[in-house]
Amino acid sequence: MTGPRTEDRLPPTAETAVKIVIVGGFGVGKTTMVGSVSEIRPLTTEETMTQAGIGVDDDFGSPTKTATTVAMDFGRISITEQLVLYLFGTPGQERFWFLWNGLFEGALGAVVLVDTRRLESSFDVMGKLEERGVPFVVGLNAFPDAPRHPVDELRTALDLSEDIPIVECDVRRRASSRDVLMTLMRFLHSLAMTGALT
Amino acid sequence: MTPPRRQRRTPRQAPPVPPPDRGTATPGGGPGPKGNPERLFVIGGEGGDGDEGGGERADIDLVTLIVARADPPVSATPEQAALLRLCAAPLSVAELSAYLALPFSVVTVLLTGLLAHELVEARAPIVRQKVADRLLLEAVMHGLQRL
Repeated sequence: MTGPRTEDRLPPTAETAVKIVIVGGFGVGKTTMVGSVSEIRPLTTEETMTQAGIGVDDDFGSPTKTATTVAMDFGRISITEQLVLYLFGTPGQERFWFLWNGLFEGALGAVVLVDTRRLESSFDVMGKLEERGVPFVVGLNAFPDAPRHPVDELRTALDLSEDIPIVECDVRRRASSRDVLMTLMRFLHSLAMTGALT
Repeated sequence: MTPPRRQRRTPRQAPPVPPPDRGTATPGGGPGPKGNPERLFVIGGEGGDGDEGGGERADIDLVTLIVARADPPVSATPEQAALLRLCAAPLSVAELSAYLALPFSVVTVLLTGLLAHELVEARAPIVRQKVADRLLLEAVMHGLQRL
């Protein structure tokens, strides 16, 4: 068993933690974003899900009960000596993320990373966040050969209201990933100011 | 090129807010749609109040911070002892899961037993409230600005 390196230990004063979830389609850069801002080498946690009759996969034996392991990469940013922020990325198998109890409900908010070459791969996750009342912002991860749509055209295509921020980013860059998180925090702050956060 | 179009959805209901957890055990729930996933491992040792660990489980979040309160007792299972050694300094449940290479739900079962015996302390996470704590959000923003 390995444990945290000495420099990866939290101070004994660490009292509380908050979390943000980064979602999006396969290969859109979620894990890259976690890694670019995390103070620790990203780690992986997993959960084994057993749900009756959930899926259509043929790989799991019984047709009425499926067991699936959902893995999540995560990183950490120490905010103060008392407060710690965790970032969870959700690789693959997106229909299973929402079975992970408390992952989204307890999160401050979410970042939806979008690849404009495959816009539709982010539709379902946005819908699920809306259904659950989880506030989110949209990050357009810059891929060199991705089509560049005007933001208002994308807002229409994504059917997002005017107040939901849409920002371009390059999640390989720490400063750019940090800016996306700042955009989310400012959005959450504005919701808190207007009391609109549900 | 015209991008594909999406249609927005509306909240189905008020999102359930997990209660703050200070190690209080709550019913684990059945296999219903909102219940905890069925446990596939049997290394949890004692669960809640000696009920074979199936019925009671502490309400633990991925980012609940765990701190050991004592050295591993001789009666500790290898998994419990490893967990206690890991959290000599505060460590989130997610990190414990990663370092122990055990699924999140297995770690929560281990922790439920350790909490019942007061071998660990759980520091509750801040979860999203109806109106988020502005001071908390501002603290996070200041922290991010220093990155």
